[in-house]
Amino acid sequence: MNHHPTIKPSTDVRAFAQSHFRTLRPGTPFQPRIDALGLKQDWYNWAGYRAPHSLWDEELEYFAIRSQAALFDISPMTKYQIEGPDAEAYLDRLTLRDVTRLKPGRVHYTAWCDDEGFVLDDGTLFRLSPTRFRLCSQERHLPWLLDSAIGYEVSVAEETEAVAGLALQGPTSFAVLRDAGFAGVERLKVFDLAEFAHDGGTVTISRTGFTGDLGYELFVPADKALSLWDRLMAAGELRGIRAIGYTALNRARLEAGLIVANADFTTSEHAIRADRLRMPDEIGLGFMIDPDKGHFNGRRAILEARAKKKLRHVLVGLEIEGNIPAEHAIVYYRKSREVGLVSAAMWSPMAKRNIALASLQRPYGDTIVDDLWVEIYAMRELQYQKLMKKAKVVPRPFIKLDRRTANPPADF
Amino acid sequence: MKAWDAIVIGGGHNGLVNACYLQRAGLDVLVVEKNDWVGGAATSRELTPGFLYSNCSYVCSLFRPEIMRDLELPRFGLQVISYEGGAVFTRDGGYLANYRDHDAHRREFARFSKRDAEAYDRYSRDVTRQCRFIQPLLMRTAPDPTSFRPRDLGELLYLGKKFAGLSAEEMALTLRFWTMSISDFLDEYFETDVIKANFALSGIIGTALGPMSPGTAYVLLHHYMGEVDGSVGAWGYARGGMGAITKALASSFKASGGTIRTGAEVDHVLIGNGKAKGVVLAGGEEIYGKLVISNADVKRTFLKLVEAKELPDIFLRRVRNFKIRGSSGKVNIALDSLPEFPALPKDSPVYRADMHFTDSIERMERAYDDWKAGRWSADPFLDMVIPTTLDPTMAPPGKHFMSCFVQYAPPKINGRDWTDADRDGFAESVISQIAQYSPGFRDRIVHMEVRTPREIEDEVGLTEGNIFQGELTFDQLLFNRPVPGYAQYRSPVGGLYMCGSSTHPGGGVMGAPGRNAAAEILRDLAKPILHMSPAHDVI
Repeated sequence: MNHHPTIKPSTDVRAFAQSHFRTLRPGTPFQPRIDALGLKQDWYNWAGYRAPHSLWDEELEYFAIRSQAALFDISPMTKYQIEGPDAEAYLDRLTLRDVTRLKPGRVHYTAWCDDEGFVLDDGTLFRLSPTRFRLCSQERHLPWLLDSAIGYEVSVAEETEAVAGLALQGPTSFAVLRDAGFAGVERLKVFDLAEFAHDGGTVTISRTGFTGDLGYELFVPADKALSLWDRLMAAGELRGIRAIGYTALNRARLEAGLIVANADFTTSEHAIRADRLRMPDEIGLGFMIDPDKGHFNGRRAILEARAKKKLRHVLVGLEIEGNIPAEHAIVYYRKSREVGLVSAAMWSPMAKRNIALASLQRPYGDTIVDDLWVEIYAMRELQYQKLMKKAKVVPRPFIKLDRRTANPPADF
Repeated sequence: MKAWDAIVIGGGHNGLVNACYLQRAGLDVLVVEKNDWVGGAATSRELTPGFLYSNCSYVCSLFRPEIMRDLELPRFGLQVISYEGGAVFTRDGGYLANYRDHDAHRREFARFSKRDAEAYDRYSRDVTRQCRFIQPLLMRTAPDPTSFRPRDLGELLYLGKKFAGLSAEEMALTLRFWTMSISDFLDEYFETDVIKANFALSGIIGTALGPMSPGTAYVLLHHYMGEVDGSVGAWGYARGGMGAITKALASSFKASGGTIRTGAEVDHVLIGNGKAKGVVLAGGEEIYGKLVISNADVKRTFLKLVEAKELPDIFLRRVRNFKIRGSSGKVNIALDSLPEFPALPKDSPVYRADMHFTDSIERMERAYDDWKAGRWSADPFLDMVIPTTLDPTMAPPGKHFMSCFVQYAPPKINGRDWTDADRDGFAESVISQIAQYSPGFRDRIVHMEVRTPREIEDEVGLTEGNIFQGELTFDQLLFNRPVPGYAQYRSPVGGLYMCGSSTHPGGGVMGAPGRNAAAEILRDLAKPILHMSPAHDVI
């Protein structure tokens, strides 16, 4: 007697997909173009994709953002399509900000929390129509999004691979888009989005970005990615368009005072140590909370923590004396009491200041903001030069560029 | 007549770890081993020319790095190699792999369920949190909750503080984790049968419970809290087979002046005035020692090696009721070439991983149903590895050693002893399962060793062939392992100690029971334990 099950041949899509093990770091839909420009072959792992730290020169790539136009592939960003008659109500319940005030054709930066009020992630929410949204994030959240959808007439689908994305950032980015023939793009104000014809389909262009500069983000179906890249590069040739990697973008975002999940704070589904969890108020996202909008995930815990003064951390911008970057330096009060850690730091070419983001234990950084110091360990020719430098809590963003919000946007 | 400072009964890994630490503390230690080789359940044996068999335990993760370091095991040849993740073959001709790379792992799960692919991070976070709670307890003697000795109070306080340090949510999860079934636990994270089966296997290995039995979630944890060189949860091969571990231990022991006698089966412990005085070998030879430490399991030690009259009734009753049920067997195979699995691409890393054929929890539970009925599983659960894909020392080039851990196999067949015919039937259930997925498999077999609970008990000495020297259910852990009141390696008989996996923190080739027992013995002798490096920090 044969007790074993019969083994049937498997020929479906699932079997087809199994060869992924041969490509541990697949490229994005733009990879043929990026590979051609990636002279440094300096890759890193962005959410499982091969992404460039830098393509040719990280300094010059940074200045492409600030002086001309920089093209950055954001395809590895996690993307979810959320659609249905209850999509607005669902997202209003899921995320911190008031989604009923997010009009179709608008984007907002938001965050979402678990039931204990700890931040699961931050991201951008695009309202593509009254009933259709796109949520972009750093981490992956499908189980959370699906479980939260119970009781709502809404569908949630992961579309990271299906949708390719580009950030076009910098002073000439508007001129590039106009010259590329996206008629009407001048009407986009900051956080507006619209659809434009492209290659027999459409591209969604929003006036958004991660640089604090004039800039746009473009989303297309993966099979239209290369034609979009070529269209922008051709139109941008005379406007100084250059492809860039993450190092340059990371500098720009720090000047803009923007935080990165799992770099400046640990997301709740990844925090193994309970004291690493953060509420929105502890990472500078308190402004998103709208207690009057009705129930949302984490609301009770967040409001209780506020009322009972249980918030233990605060994320602040620091300006540090000197010009040595204080990355991952410990922050001290009166040079002796350890009160926090710098998560990102740089000399800002735009602000001509030594800037940093730091997480501090309240009341430091909250009510006690004087007499803060950072201890910088600067490795120089195999020796640490230890520097104790004064740090001042300053508002973010560290730079504010009028061209980012100017209407209509200028040519440079 | 010579009286040794200490006699260790049984040259398994815990006996040898214990002996090494005692010898290094300046004691004159003798290890007596019934077999003609040392190793207990961590052996490499050349059962057919040219092939080394890890014929009992077969993979390594739990063995404590502090011990490897203290006893200088690398100097004596120990090397542990990490291996690729694993795979479950599915009945539709496909497979689900576990890859070490985080994103490959996600993409692999996404072939079955996008949701499950993205659920893995939270699952992994929760399991890691639980491991971090348990890990620091491994290298500490469990406190006696009824004692008021300062050390016990201190240890209880430590436990209490650790527990109080958890958030309310974590506390709830911890209690659930220690008591719930692996099936229920996985249901909270995953929806796909094969993905749940993939994780559930760690919850049943070596345990006479099914994936739906309460208590199996903890067994999973026990398999996750090991490490290979700091990579927590990783599993590896000892280069040269699992015997490389005990070989290194034996060499280390001898190098520090210790003595090993093989082919010396202990008949009973010599006791006078309630105190152990030595051992009597099967041939009648008496060997005297000031202390006797048993590496044998608690049942073998106190029901066979010690006369009942020397033991309190309640202790004896608890030893008799200690759960040490046989649930698994082993089929070790020498192959003249690498088997092919049509489901697997030829270049798949899964050949270097652990492989399984049970693609649903229900099939696992059905396999357990057979055990309850007193039969070996008709459709068994296999944990199958081919260490020779990474270790060139165990078989000639191009040839392979395959280890199949098989569950379930009851200690008795319908209430009677195993027969040779039963053993062959058991082997056939395994081979035919593999052959279903690997055509031509039978033709590659050069030699095969089949071990049912009968062979494991007879040769290794593990009661009922239970690989953990007693099940890892919560009622038999910490200060309840093996018997309440005797969880600190001491016994009712003066000078008689336990150091095997029946004691805290339990089974697996971990070495921690042997080391913890040595620490207690040296405390009783008021000897320093400076040669024991403190447990590595869990930060």
